[in-house]
Amino acid sequence: MKRVWLALAAAPLLMGQAQPVLVPDVSERSIEIAYSFTGAELLLFGAILYPDPPPARSGEGTDIVVVVKGPTQSVLVREKEKLAGIWVNSDSMRYRSAPSFYAVASSRPIQQLVDERTRAIYELGVSSLQLSPASSASPDVQARFDAGLVDLRTRGGLYYEAPRAVEITGGVLYRARLQIPARVPVGKFTAETFLIRDGRVLAAAVRPIDIRKSGFERFVARSAERHALIYGVTAVLLSVLLGWGAGALWRRF
Amino acid sequence: MDLYLPIANLSVNALVIVALGFGVGLLSGMFGVGGGFLTTPLLIFYGIPPTVAAASAASQVTGASVSGVFAHFRRGGVDMHMGAVLVVGGVLGSIAGAGLFTILQETGQIDTVIGILYVLMLGSIGGLMLHESVGAVRVARGARVAKPRKRRHHPLVAMLPLRWRFYRSGLYISPLAPLLLGFFTGVLTVLLGVGGGFILVPAMLYLLGMGTQVVVGTSLFQILFVTAAATLVHATTTKAVDIVLAALLLLGSVTGAQLGARFAQKVRPEYLRLALAVMVLLVASRMFLGLVWRPDEIYSVELS
Repeated sequence: MKRVWLALAAAPLLMGQAQPVLVPDVSERSIEIAYSFTGAELLLFGAILYPDPPPARSGEGTDIVVVVKGPTQSVLVREKEKLAGIWVNSDSMRYRSAPSFYAVASSRPIQQLVDERTRAIYELGVSSLQLSPASSASPDVQARFDAGLVDLRTRGGLYYEAPRAVEITGGVLYRARLQIPARVPVGKFTAETFLIRDGRVLAAAVRPIDIRKSGFERFVARSAERHALIYGVTAVLLSVLLGWGAGALWRRF
Repeated sequence: MDLYLPIANLSVNALVIVALGFGVGLLSGMFGVGGGFLTTPLLIFYGIPPTVAAASAASQVTGASVSGVFAHFRRGGVDMHMGAVLVVGGVLGSIAGAGLFTILQETGQIDTVIGILYVLMLGSIGGLMLHESVGAVRVARGARVAKPRKRRHHPLVAMLPLRWRFYRSGLYISPLAPLLLGFFTGVLTVLLGVGGGFILVPAMLYLLGMGTQVVVGTSLFQILFVTAAATLVHATTTKAVDIVLAALLLLGSVTGAQLGARFAQKVRPEYLRLALAVMVLLVASRMFLGLVWRPDEIYSVELS
């Protein structure tokens, strides 16, 4: 919160512009995944600075949308089809970049704030994500796969919308809580904040969030990747030792 | 008690996994099987990615078979000669299995193939076991007289060239037969995360015609080495061995296996076999439903 007050104190200096300015922040700049990680709650907050003199209706009609995005992945989406009585993967579609995580919080449902075109430009809302397919396909096929991917990730808690999750206090301070599930991949996340009025995006600001494994989890993941053979031998030795140890222990009783 | 799995990239309830390991261990101690055929599907139902489940279940089977191998070894129940041939076949098979795994993964058919293999294997083995154990139970109850069965190997095995003498097993057969058998179970170990005991034991008895006193010990010997090899293969190719998951499973299964082994001594073996047959058939039918039922998710995503 200290940061916000600092920003507010500095406000008169910034008020030369005609447009309102966003001063956003997040509760955690980096999230460490340790043994007990079951997900995290991010608090996104900040202040809206209005030009001097503030417009008469500075508080009303101002909306905030906060978007948290995970690192983009290139993915392959497969579609199952019933073949000879069995469900098997048949068609597939490759996407060059799909966000691994996408959460959007807003002070009002996004559909009420901006039109479809603006939503597509700023990628506001799960249905407005710009997924870039690597394989060319007819629009309806692509729409089918887009919907499949979004639906799958929505069910997994990786994509979601939280309308009315942003609270605006006194027209100047805003805050929103977003849940990051345990299943997210590690990497560079971004928290984007948009100030919207009269269907237009007036200001935008981005803050990075770094999610990484720490301590033992990082050590294990790294060893598995870099020293695969030693890692495998360790796993085998561990299982032999535990199996033998339990047997030896039980014979004593 | 939530614990984050660093390779599977999700958090699980550690107690559930330990309990799952314990249950499987109990059964494996009771029936003398590795229990991989239960661990892998159960882990997948719990939400662990299939590849991680298969890779980590293999190391659990290693742990479960260690104490069994030592026990049989002390009793002279391991034919080292035969075991060595099986292990060589198994290691070759697990390497070939890894190649097959990669090809199937690329074409997106790995899950279907795993499912079909499970249904075929477990269905046929379970059916045979059910038939055999029902007969044995009836004999035990005096409802039927047992037909003395002559121990001999299958005519196909006798046709193979280059015969060796396996003294402990009381056999004079071509080493190609156990080599092929080992190879086949090696492929299955990598693909399914199973030890292959439920295939090895009947095959050794009815195809090779090995003496019963060395069958279980030798199959455990082969399972120990081949699951260890499969763990290594997975660690270096798919990189899907989750050591934390494996440790949790092992904690439960090694204790469960000891308890199960004690319990098994008090129960009539034909009833044990009957129970195992029913269980194997249950898993097979659940997997079958998974193949033919309309899945919740028509789509699946993989990183590329």
